[in-house]
Amino acid sequence: MTLLAGPAGPAAESGWGHDHPRKGFFTDTSICIGCKACEVACKEWNRNPVDGDLEILGSSYDNTGELGANTWRHVAFIEQGRDRIDQARESGRQLVSLGMPTIGPGPGRTRPGEEAPDQPATAEAHPDTPDFRWLMSSDVCKHCTNAGCLDVCPTGAIFRTEFGSVVVQGDVCNGCGTCVAACPFGVIERRDDGTVSAKVERDEEVPRLGTANKCTLCYDRLLAGEEPACSATCPTQSIRFGDHEELVPSARRRVQDLHAQGQTEARLYGANPRDGVGGTGSVFLLLDEPEVYGLPPDPQVPTQDLPGMFARVGLAAAGLAAATALAFLGGRR
Amino acid sequence: MPGPVKLNWPVLRQLRGTDRTGRGTAVMSSQTARTVARTVTADGMAQSVCPYCAVGCGQRVYHQDGKVIQIEGDPDSPVSRGRLCPKGAASEQLATSTLRQTTVKYRAPYESDWQDLELDTALDMIADRFLEARRRHWEDTDHQDRTLRRTMGIASLGGATIDNEENYLIKKLFTAAGAIQIENQARI
Amino acid sequence: MANADCIVIEGSNMAEAHPVGFQWVMEAKQRGARVIHVDPRFTRTSANADRHIPIRAGTDVVLLGAVIRHVLENELWFDEYVKLFTNASTIVGEAYGDPEDLDGLFSGYDPETGTYDSSTWAYAGDTDSLHRGLPERDETLQHPRTVFQILKRHYARYTPEMVEAVCGISREDFEYLATSITENSGRERTTCFAYALGWTQHQGGAQMIRTAGVLQLLLGNVGRPGSGIMALRGHATIQGSTDIPTLYHILPGYLPMPKVGQDDFAQYTRAIGKKEQKGFWADADIYATNLLKAWWGDAATPENDFAYDYLPRLTGAHGTYQTTMRMLEDGVDGYFVLGQNPAVGSANGRMQRLAMSHLKWMVVRDFYMIESATWWKDGPEIETGELRTEDIATEIFFLPAANHTEKAGSFTQTQRMVQWRDKAVDPPGDAQSELQFTYELGQRIREKLRDSTDPRDRPLLDLTWDYPVAEDGEPDAEAVLAEINGRHLTGERAGQPLAGFAEMKGDGSTDGGCWIYSGVFADSVNQARRRTPGQMQDETAAEWGWAWPANRRILYNRASADAEGKPWSERKKLVWWDEEAGTWTGNDVPDFPATKRPDDPGDPGRGGAAALAGTDAFIMQPDGRGWLFAATGMVDGPLPTHYESPESTVVNPLYGQQSNPTRVTFRDRNNLSSPGASDPRHGATYPHVFTTYRITEHHTAGGMSRFLPFLAELQPEMYCEVSPELADEVGLEPYGWATIISARSAIEAKVLITERMRPLRIGEQTIHQIGMPFHFGRGKSAIIEGDGANDLIGMNLDANTQIQNSKNNACAIRPGRRPRGPELLELVQEYRRRAGLVPAEQAQVDGALGAPGAGPADQYTPERVRGPEEAGAVPARDPSFKEMDHR
Repeated sequence: MTLLAGPAGPAAESGWGHDHPRKGFFTDTSICIGCKACEVACKEWNRNPVDGDLEILGSSYDNTGELGANTWRHVAFIEQGRDRIDQARESGRQLVSLGMPTIGPGPGRTRPGEEAPDQPATAEAHPDTPDFRWLMSSDVCKHCTNAGCLDVCPTGAIFRTEFGSVVVQGDVCNGCGTCVAACPFGVIERRDDGTVSAKVERDEEVPRLGTANKCTLCYDRLLAGEEPACSATCPTQSIRFGDHEELVPSARRRVQDLHAQGQTEARLYGANPRDGVGGTGSVFLLLDEPEVYGLPPDPQVPTQDLPGMFARVGLAAAGLAAATALAFLGGRR
Repeated sequence: MPGPVKLNWPVLRQLRGTDRTGRGTAVMSSQTARTVARTVTADGMAQSVCPYCAVGCGQRVYHQDGKVIQIEGDPDSPVSRGRLCPKGAASEQLATSTLRQTTVKYRAPYESDWQDLELDTALDMIADRFLEARRRHWEDTDHQDRTLRRTMGIASLGGATIDNEENYLIKKLFTAAGAIQIENQARI
Repeated sequence: MANADCIVIEGSNMAEAHPVGFQWVMEAKQRGARVIHVDPRFTRTSANADRHIPIRAGTDVVLLGAVIRHVLENELWFDEYVKLFTNASTIVGEAYGDPEDLDGLFSGYDPETGTYDSSTWAYAGDTDSLHRGLPERDETLQHPRTVFQILKRHYARYTPEMVEAVCGISREDFEYLATSITENSGRERTTCFAYALGWTQHQGGAQMIRTAGVLQLLLGNVGRPGSGIMALRGHATIQGSTDIPTLYHILPGYLPMPKVGQDDFAQYTRAIGKKEQKGFWADADIYATNLLKAWWGDAATPENDFAYDYLPRLTGAHGTYQTTMRMLEDGVDGYFVLGQNPAVGSANGRMQRLAMSHLKWMVVRDFYMIESATWWKDGPEIETGELRTEDIATEIFFLPAANHTEKAGSFTQTQRMVQWRDKAVDPPGDAQSELQFTYELGQRIREKLRDSTDPRDRPLLDLTWDYPVAEDGEPDAEAVLAEINGRHLTGERAGQPLAGFAEMKGDGSTDGGCWIYSGVFADSVNQARRRTPGQMQDETAAEWGWAWPANRRILYNRASADAEGKPWSERKKLVWWDEEAGTWTGNDVPDFPATKRPDDPGDPGRGGAAALAGTDAFIMQPDGRGWLFAATGMVDGPLPTHYESPESTVVNPLYGQQSNPTRVTFRDRNNLSSPGASDPRHGATYPHVFTTYRITEHHTAGGMSRFLPFLAELQPEMYCEVSPELADEVGLEPYGWATIISARSAIEAKVLITERMRPLRIGEQTIHQIGMPFHFGRGKSAIIEGDGANDLIGMNLDANTQIQNSKNNACAIRPGRRPRGPELLELVQEYRRRAGLVPAEQAQVDGALGAPGAGPADQYTPERVRGPEEAGAVPARDPSFKEMDHR
């Protein structure tokens, strides 16, 4: 598989040079208390409007449903019985011992000296396996190493920031929606009218109406030296923000620790640079298979073949641009 | 006649710069280049405390032109270390929601709707009614002639989300007036 | 809490109600502490605990009583600590009778009044010795009337088998809990309890807290790092509003309001604390003097007992529910509702709203148009036709309030820490702070009375009411805080703030509005505004805010050191005696006279702090000890004892006495109770238990959450939580509607069917518990509305606290939405008839039932509507009812 972004990381490939560490999230769902502060802090900071019809959704305590134009953090709630927990423990254990090439790389295949035990602490289901559990997990834009939305944007509205994040520029976006189909996670969406009921409308107009919207990794806050609103507010630090380079190893250590405690259901999501999106800037520690959380098990960027195509069309594009420029310059005379 | 035009079109930046795929610096818009957090440009920041539960999380209240523009956790607080729950995180909305009432409303007896009232008039009417209720239900002594020195005509409820100084004045004034039915959320 | 080795969260849903505080639990857990959540429901707290133990609501005394028994039977108590710091060795008088012998009652019960004469619970000893805190003791703990032996006998029947039969908790779960607690207690380790309204909102709630207190004292888990019983309080300054109270029964600093008959100042102060008794309550007269001096300034003199006579007198309980009853009898004209929403948040919402319709006027001060301001036009009783807007005479003033960013002032958080808020912006429009409103109201009242010669008006006219005021009319909150702190009035330091309550004098040369807050303005510095960043301090963070008293973070911390003043262990050290310096020192402000040696025998001749021995760690108690047995202070018994909730369908397996014999209730046709177990024939009408609670996304009655878009969308509708088994039994559909019916009212809610709710096997019965958040109410102004759970709850109170039972009531549930209009009342009435609560001849009562003028009360026979055991237990002349004579 050939992808646009190489080993130097996405920002370096986007004109930013090599001195910008990639920033990202590590969302450790094993300590999420489902408070939804991240959802609120995100909306508050980004002035995102209310969405939904103010009715119970029918999904445990989740009344948000999914990520979208107005919701850039979403907390899922999953209630499970013992059978499912046992299955999750077994599938997580196998990820480690078999080193399965799924999106969660398994700590066994990380750096030397950081390997998880070949055999998990308990081969059988842990004797403390509870009869019931309630999973909570805060989802967010993955800020993919190879971002479909960015690759397909025809207007240059979506760009890669110096932090390695992927951001939509509202002043450029024309709302064409091409990016929406290109996101393997279903994160990005166009903000449309009619999502806000009259009772909850604010004084100010809804910003960025008619354009594509998603998490910016709080680009403005990062420029100010602050961390994103969601991670800053997270009471238990289930959402951690930092240098991708440091977050991923610490996420792997956390998986090891949990396995050592018998919680073999723990696994990483998004930490594998060889997956279909080249790994993600937002890494997650999950306690069950990704599908359980509504995450695709094997996300693929739709522009996998782009580099080849790019080489072929590059020359033509440059010629076209030159011709356009000449036409404009001519016009000015 | 104008001089040579310095073109800064994204496509040209892409061709001459290091962002050869046109997905980073080359396509950055002028608005993006001017991005600045509103906490940076705020007129000021006041250190405060969350008004919801009793954990007492620290808040930073950013304001501009006399309006609250952002409330977030105060990392200096040893209680909360900068974190806020969804209610604390929503407290900017507590201040700025369009449902916020900012004028006095008065409902006269048997009326079916509110009417407006000057604040000064309202306060004066309340003071009059306070004294009248106090007088009507005053009790000097009980049936055994023991001192009561109180009024049962006035009651108050509330105080767990208002300040210590405010509760102090309420208890002080109402007690001096002889009103004893002063209560708050702690009983509920 | 972060220092605890085991954390038991019981009666609290900490992760949901205090998410940011819960970070400390999560940290302790990651460091290896065991976290156990005991709760009827599996909540977000349970999801993050090591184990969730489901419990039948209201049976906590049995569970913890059994842990106490486990400790006593297996000799697991912290012997040195218990002998040194608790009243285990104290001998109780011969008159004492235990429920063990009296089938659930203590000695001294008067069935006529439903109250106890607590003199039979007194310690043994002569009067003078008792006054001096020196009762008879047996340090070997062998005397049969020692507290220790009484405790052993009292809890003997609280066995694991009883836990299984009463609480629905398996032996294995019990063993896990008991072992976790005892293995994490002692010299090296500590266990911490956290509770909240899951304990206080019961008729007997105060005793649930006491049970944990007894256990923690036995295990040495008080006054030490990572120990104690943490009350997780729910409002920004609910602690402050108790310290500096807007409560009927106390004055600032927990000085009681004078009661009728206490006409003499000395008589009043001796009832609080006697000069010869041990500890700091011996100076109650000084604290009271300083308060009176702060309020009445020059008019308060030694000659007139510092204007003591200006204080009104109580004649019983005058709590918010007694006031509601008085309103219904047209006994209250005016009602101030200040940042509170009783139409939604108080028990028996219907009676709350009906009561308000009897007022002449009310003032509602809030940010939003809450239901307590609009009940007269869009409340539930308008819908049912019980009230008609055009018939309601109540005048309503809605005044917009300033919010926390628009005024400066202090909140006291749940660990007694006072924190100052700076003002960010001016309030919009007419919005004012309560400070300004109250100040201006006082100004106007005083102005109108200026020429009065009526002695009744002297307290108002003589009141010190001269605060500096800013241009916009806002009084200076710091000046009020300075008054609370107190100041020197005479001598060289006249005008200077007191450094602490130790500087208070009883001769009128100092004043201070709240003695426990004295020191908050020491050195003329607003100590509550100190903000040295936490990251620049140790974990005590003594330079952030100010904790009363004297900036002390852990109370009774003398108990963290042994008899010689050495820490019990290096791992758990907090304060200790420094022999060289001759003083107590450590990581916290020592809660003990600073230079009193650990071997000081105390001087009983002097009283007060001087009388404390060097090991009397519990410096506020008149005997200097932590109380396993509370000879005074509790109205329903010196030892926690299990009673069933009045509406429980379970027969109390422990004693013949079914329910708490002192509980307070109000007889009213709108405040009926299910007969429960007392009448098996009828108990089936309301067969299920329901319990109410807060969720993360909302705040109390919704005034600060249902009006906020971002919170409203997170939990937009009223719901109830039921087990799959109950859903099957009744025919409830997932996320469909259900109607829940209690003896008070009926409401509708969306149904969440979840394994988080588990039916419990109790003897031969299966008990289903239903959970409901209490944040919703009916009105047209909020973004979201829903039926209010509090409409289902009766005004039935704990006699100690006058707090209502919200956590353990009976209901029926059926699929579908509730009827609209008068049919709703008919539905409620239909269930009452089935339960035998209303006589048949009242079956025809129309929609005006309970409304003003619905008919004379004497057509109504209260005795008939209560269960048989109730009739005996709370006779017609119980104190709350007598109180009604005064309404």
